[in-house]
Amino acid sequence: MPQWIDACATDDIDEEDLIRFDHAGATYAIYHSPEGDFFATSGMCTHEAVHLCDGLVMGHLIECPKHNGQFDYRTGEAKRAPVCVNLKTFPVKVEAGRVLIEVP
Amino acid sequence: MGKRDYSMLGPDGARAVEIGLAAAEWYHTEVPRKQMKELMQRSDSPAIRDSVILFGCMILFAGLGIYLWPSWWSAPFWLAYGVLYGSAMDSRWHECSHGTAFKTPWMNNLVYEIASFCMMRNSATWRWSHARHHTDTYIVGRDPEIAVMRPPEFFRLIANFFGVFDSIAAMQRMVYNTFLGVHPEEKTFVPQSEWPKVVRVARISFVIYAATIALAVWMQSILPLMVIGLPRLYGAWHHVMTGLLQHGGLADNVIDHRLNSRTVYMNPISRFIYWNMNYHVEHHMFPMVPYHALPKLHEAIKHDLPAPNRSIAEGFAEMWPALKRQLKYEDYFLKRDLPTTAKPYREDFHAAALGAVATPAE
Repeated sequence: MPQWIDACATDDIDEEDLIRFDHAGATYAIYHSPEGDFFATSGMCTHEAVHLCDGLVMGHLIECPKHNGQFDYRTGEAKRAPVCVNLKTFPVKVEAGRVLIEVP
Repeated sequence: MGKRDYSMLGPDGARAVEIGLAAAEWYHTEVPRKQMKELMQRSDSPAIRDSVILFGCMILFAGLGIYLWPSWWSAPFWLAYGVLYGSAMDSRWHECSHGTAFKTPWMNNLVYEIASFCMMRNSATWRWSHARHHTDTYIVGRDPEIAVMRPPEFFRLIANFFGVFDSIAAMQRMVYNTFLGVHPEEKTFVPQSEWPKVVRVARISFVIYAATIALAVWMQSILPLMVIGLPRLYGAWHHVMTGLLQHGGLADNVIDHRLNSRTVYMNPISRFIYWNMNYHVEHHMFPMVPYHALPKLHEAIKHDLPAPNRSIAEGFAEMWPALKRQLKYEDYFLKRDLPTTAKPYREDFHAAALGAVATPAE
């Protein structure tokens, strides 16, 4: 049953950056776009088991810190080898300065 | 550990997977997020500047070589052209494969394709082999880019200063890919979706080399091959010299780059040719930091790393005796002391993984 989870405060993440959020044995990445919007994806690269939270956000791309594969974090689309499999994304909403993500 | 099997399809690779050495979580020095973000920032300007110098010099030296051909006065220009073609292109291939040289993706891809061709590497295959090299650096049976296997084959190492075995292997693989498709070993690390590209790239390279050889036959001169192909041999020495220092004589089957990689201070010309990959521990620990930011990264984390070798000569003086010793004792490796400011090696894990003979570097 999907549920909305309080992940962080909006000012916990710099613009054009991300943080890691762990919940119920799963790891997520929460993004703050240059336009001020928030997004959420699974926290691990689909190429190999590497946390994306150490990677670099460039515009709407997140680059994996290990092999430099890139995803569009808004859609999860794999954009640069060696990643071939898209990243799972999760709905996000902001309420009273808090970022909430909907997780399965 | 018994005799090493470096095949991607052999028992050592399977063992690495079984005991958790493959795709493991590696040690890395703590760097504040804000500082790391600054270090990771991309820029086109340093690589554009370096590429203008590099390709400008290549055109100049090749032009003078052709102009003075067949006089011996052309030799110095071929030697200079060769090092840029057969060695500087190795570092360009490497940095652009990471996508960190330029900020603009098409610039990375363009230089990557040119450099891959010059180095006789299939641009599709090698992108994946290098990803594996970073996942499983010097994990036997997993890393397809182990330059010095144990026991070291000195004849092969020395011959490769002139690109001999590497070029023969590259040509054989190009012909295989052109006519038979993707090799079974390549299938272990190249996704199936990329296999058509591997074959396409091989066929393009095959056509270029065939045309160059046909021109040489028609001209009854090796001059066309002095421009395309042969520089991979007569100019390879610099990238082999610097490449051997990256991991030579150090540990294998560990998950701490401080144990299996070497940072060496180098002269400015070698650093230009090598594009700062002399900061090799730093590069492996943080592969998303562009080449032009590696000196700053080095300053930020050197308190946690073994002291760098102070020159290429000092690096070889440390490495070569270790390689010679590995002829008799395959498990021998250099274990470099850490400064008192560093976090210690995880002796328990590495001792269990290696069961090997380590000697502190002097």
